[in-house]
Amino acid sequence: MTNGWVDIKNTDMMLIMGGNPAENHPCGFKWAIEAKRNRNAKMIVVDPRFTRTASTADLFCQIRAGADIAFLGGLIRYAIENNRYAKEYLTNYTNAALIVKEGFKLPEDGLFSGFDSVKQVYDKTTWNYQEGGAMSGTSGSGATASAAKSAPPPAPTKPGAPAAPPPPVLLPANTAYDLTLQHPRTVFQLMKQQYSRYTPDVVSGITGIPADQLTKAYELFTSVRKDGDTKKVATIIYAVGWTQHTFGTQIIRTAAMIQLLLGNVGRAGGGVNALRGHSNIQGATDMAGIFDNLPGYLKMPNPNDTDLAAYLKRVTPTPSKPGVWDSFNYYSNTPKFVVSLLKAFYGDAATKQNDFAYNYLPKTDRNYSWTQIWDQMYRGNVKGMFAFGMNGVMIGPDTQKNIDALKKADWLVVGEIYPDETSEFWRAPGTTNDEMKQIKTTVYRLPCAGFAEKDGSMTNSARWVQWKNAAVPPPGDCRLDQDILAQIYAKVRALYQKDGGKFPDPILHSTWAYSDAQHPPLSEIAKEINGKALADLQDPMTKQEIKAGQQLPGFAWLKDDGTTSCGNWIYSGSWTEAGPQLARRGTEDPSGLGIYPNWAWSWPANRRVLYNRASCDLDGKPYDPSRKQVWWNETAQKWVGNDVPDFKVDSHPKDHMGPFIMNPEGLGRLFVPIGAVTDGPFPEHYEPIESPIKNPLHPDHSNNPVVKKLTTAADKYATPDQGFTVVCTTYRLTEQYHYWTKNNPMNVQLIPEPFIEIPVELADEMGIRGSEKIKVSSIRGSYIAKAFVTRRIKPMMIGGKKVYQIGIPIHQGFRGIKEDEDKNARTPINFLTPTVVDPNAFTPESKGFLVKVEKA
Amino acid sequence: MSQATLEIIRRSGTSGPAPGEGVRREFEVCKLIDTTTCIGCKACEVACLEWNGLSFHETVFDNSYQTMPETSWNYWNLIKFNEHEREDGGGLQLLMRKDQCMHCAEPGCLVACPAEDAIVQYANGIVDFQQDHCIGCGYCMSGCPFNIPKFGPTAKKVFKCTLCVDRVSQGLEPACIKSCPTGCLHFGTKPEMTELAQKRATQLRDHSGFANAGVYDPSGVNGTHVIYVLHDATNPEAYGGLPRNPTIPWTVRAWKTPLKWLGNLAIVGGLVGVFVHYLRFGPKDEPKDEEPAKQEAKS
Repeated sequence: MTNGWVDIKNTDMMLIMGGNPAENHPCGFKWAIEAKRNRNAKMIVVDPRFTRTASTADLFCQIRAGADIAFLGGLIRYAIENNRYAKEYLTNYTNAALIVKEGFKLPEDGLFSGFDSVKQVYDKTTWNYQEGGAMSGTSGSGATASAAKSAPPPAPTKPGAPAAPPPPVLLPANTAYDLTLQHPRTVFQLMKQQYSRYTPDVVSGITGIPADQLTKAYELFTSVRKDGDTKKVATIIYAVGWTQHTFGTQIIRTAAMIQLLLGNVGRAGGGVNALRGHSNIQGATDMAGIFDNLPGYLKMPNPNDTDLAAYLKRVTPTPSKPGVWDSFNYYSNTPKFVVSLLKAFYGDAATKQNDFAYNYLPKTDRNYSWTQIWDQMYRGNVKGMFAFGMNGVMIGPDTQKNIDALKKADWLVVGEIYPDETSEFWRAPGTTNDEMKQIKTTVYRLPCAGFAEKDGSMTNSARWVQWKNAAVPPPGDCRLDQDILAQIYAKVRALYQKDGGKFPDPILHSTWAYSDAQHPPLSEIAKEINGKALADLQDPMTKQEIKAGQQLPGFAWLKDDGTTSCGNWIYSGSWTEAGPQLARRGTEDPSGLGIYPNWAWSWPANRRVLYNRASCDLDGKPYDPSRKQVWWNETAQKWVGNDVPDFKVDSHPKDHMGPFIMNPEGLGRLFVPIGAVTDGPFPEHYEPIESPIKNPLHPDHSNNPVVKKLTTAADKYATPDQGFTVVCTTYRLTEQYHYWTKNNPMNVQLIPEPFIEIPVELADEMGIRGSEKIKVSSIRGSYIAKAFVTRRIKPMMIGGKKVYQIGIPIHQGFRGIKEDEDKNARTPINFLTPTVVDPNAFTPESKGFLVKVEKA
Repeated sequence: MSQATLEIIRRSGTSGPAPGEGVRREFEVCKLIDTTTCIGCKACEVACLEWNGLSFHETVFDNSYQTMPETSWNYWNLIKFNEHEREDGGGLQLLMRKDQCMHCAEPGCLVACPAEDAIVQYANGIVDFQQDHCIGCGYCMSGCPFNIPKFGPTAKKVFKCTLCVDRVSQGLEPACIKSCPTGCLHFGTKPEMTELAQKRATQLRDHSGFANAGVYDPSGVNGTHVIYVLHDATNPEAYGGLPRNPTIPWTVRAWKTPLKWLGNLAIVGGLVGVFVHYLRFGPKDEPKDEEPAKQEAKS
């Protein structure tokens, strides 16, 4: 979240889409209700189903799963056409005024400039700003965006040519710009042109939402900027319904663009707010529970980064902005974060002479994301797996492929509190006794501790890092996860010590300075993450001193000379010399904005709303005096406020430093230059890989052109002419929690059986009544359950034809109270879903795939 | 709230005066359920089971999110779900209403109950079943216009929601209120809750396009200690069968008041008749020779 849960109470307008917070985040949803009750805030819900969230909405639109960019693109078009955007904010705080390089082409035919159809990747050279200073609309180079379309495509790379490292494409230091926004190649004009195609009629044909209802939704959402109003604020709230698509990142980008266009980012009650699906999934992401990151969202080194200097040069951005403006470019501090991280990893073994042991870091040579791990296991290349804190067989797409992959593994270690589907993959539905005997995988099941049996921190969607104490000790032989991992590590290290090995140094030289090496206390790990001084330090401005060995007060103290160590720069400040900030329980809220500055600790720097400089106008005065977050204090010559300013505190407003300090431009990005997003600088609507129609915008490039399908025999993808014509989406229920509560009687009685939600009209057509069994099949597998015949999903007109949409909850599998009692296994829903992923975040497309529905 | 509010003001099965009857009831409690902000999460269902020590239920899926068709003797709190098309063309609604004992000011169950002290009404308005005194006749079930009291087959007694009288008497809110994540459940005094409900109904009428929004506090049972805010107060039936104008059934009223007197009269009349008959005709003369005749027949 850019903002936070409590902050939702400050909003005037909510767009909830790609998420179902009433059901999946019921406690957080109270703040949406507060906004409705106390501010008369309006709520728009857009979802494939009329959910329990929709039941409290002012306006509901039923959308076809996967049509989100079309809906949001139409919203951008409406806001621009009707002058419902924040002009000052747009011009000064976003890159709307920056001018894009000649040769950049919009995807009117489905492709941006630079597409290599053989490799299915883009050459991003033209996805950049133009070098130069101020330009105006009339005195521009004369090159219009349409003229740019005629730019010659880059020569296709010869197949088989030796792979050379791609030439570095850099942002220009002094970008061309036009503050009138009239130049045809300003980001604003290109954006306007990009979404001019998204008319209500076109969007209606894609989304299935009637055009008049679309206009109603657009009118309502943009009403916060009616008649030039800058006081009101709108928020956009989403969850995994937006991420699980082959264009998921781009859906979220579109939301960010809307919020930048309307000037809602950085403001109380605004922002783009991701609702995380697990109590600590934000913490897992922050700590790099993902292959292409280091802790704190630092980029992973790749094999071309031959030494620390080369790596730092690649990952440290330089400012890129109009010359007359200022840019903080906070990521210029990347070397400090990286070196401090290496010191935390390798301690005394990391010295200036050896590049701080940079060569110990693994280098990512290719994609190691979730589906790739299983794909490699299926191909026989991955021989073993540790599965802790997750139920791999249930989570991923194409369950049968994953089960077959585990059958080929030599070993599997599962740390869990219940027997789960992963540790019992060998008795999945459809496996015969004879087949079971053939499975050679050795499964080790380790009894772990449950959440109430562990202390430690959890980071919520609002980035609040909150410490908790253990309520009870783990029962019986169960052990804490960190003890299990520490003891495995000790054994592995002993083996490397004894036998050597290819590259023992990173294992042997990792720091492990805990008071009990076999049972590392999480408090000590939390302190290590915060970071400490390794030498006496002094702040040159304030003369404040920190002695060697003391905890750091925050990341501003980090150094790139090896005198600080820090396990995750964004968490620096969470456990200082003053104690565990993340364990604070102060409930005072002087501003009434729900900031609660003394409750737990929020990264970064205990800031509750990110980019909060943007809540003020150019002079540093809050856009809405009734919701004052931060402001410029002329007397003190610094930024002050109720929240911690997310800005260079002494940067005077007249210096025009951009509020988006993490971007080298200092500006919010409507247009994303040089491939920070791999499939286009502007989001474009593409169809899901399995779609009932060809993309009406460009039938020849129906799907996201850079999405690559997997190629094993198990990876099958269907088309409507094979008989798969019904759109299926998966979802969660408020009564259950993932795959876990089917072991808890209280939850099981609330939703005792699997079911499939289908429209009344489809049921009538099939002659099916409620609670009768039906069979849903995709090209990969089938799923039998009772039908939930409902009016909450209606048939839709998509591309001129009638399309049905159905929904299946994800929770049931083949282990749990009911599953065990009945002795007849239930199928995990992911037997149906395709293994195809978003090209940026590598999230599988489980929302919107094709099935057929029959009587069972 | 204090224990003073647990003063009994009305008792079942007796015409004798209840202690404290006629005393001004300052502490009448009330639960407010705002159906317009209920999200049907069922936290209240689970909280009710856990606080009251009620056990796991075998349930079956029946084309609804609803846990079971109606409340049961050991499941006192149930969200009723209904897919409802708005009459004013406003589109589909998923109505969710928490169903439980309404704690009527004029409780039909208590009126119907023949067992002394099996049902009591406290000064705070809570209507409570005392299973120690319950004779399991089930008359309370026919007296309730909301179909709430349910017969427990094992205990052979009738059970229902207590409004967590054990919590309330200690100054706590009922368990369902405590568990509600959105704050659609409120708890306080009847005047406070009525005011809050009216305010919310006004807000719904003025800002949310629900022209018929209103408060459900039915006068047929002299008002209830559980009140609802409804999007459409003119159509309470849409909320899982909330009765439009609940009253105590006339049969119950009849047998408890005029018929009871008639019955009493009949009993007393019968006894008097027997006595007069005795005075007039004396004891019944048994034929004297029958017995020996029988004996003869046997021998």
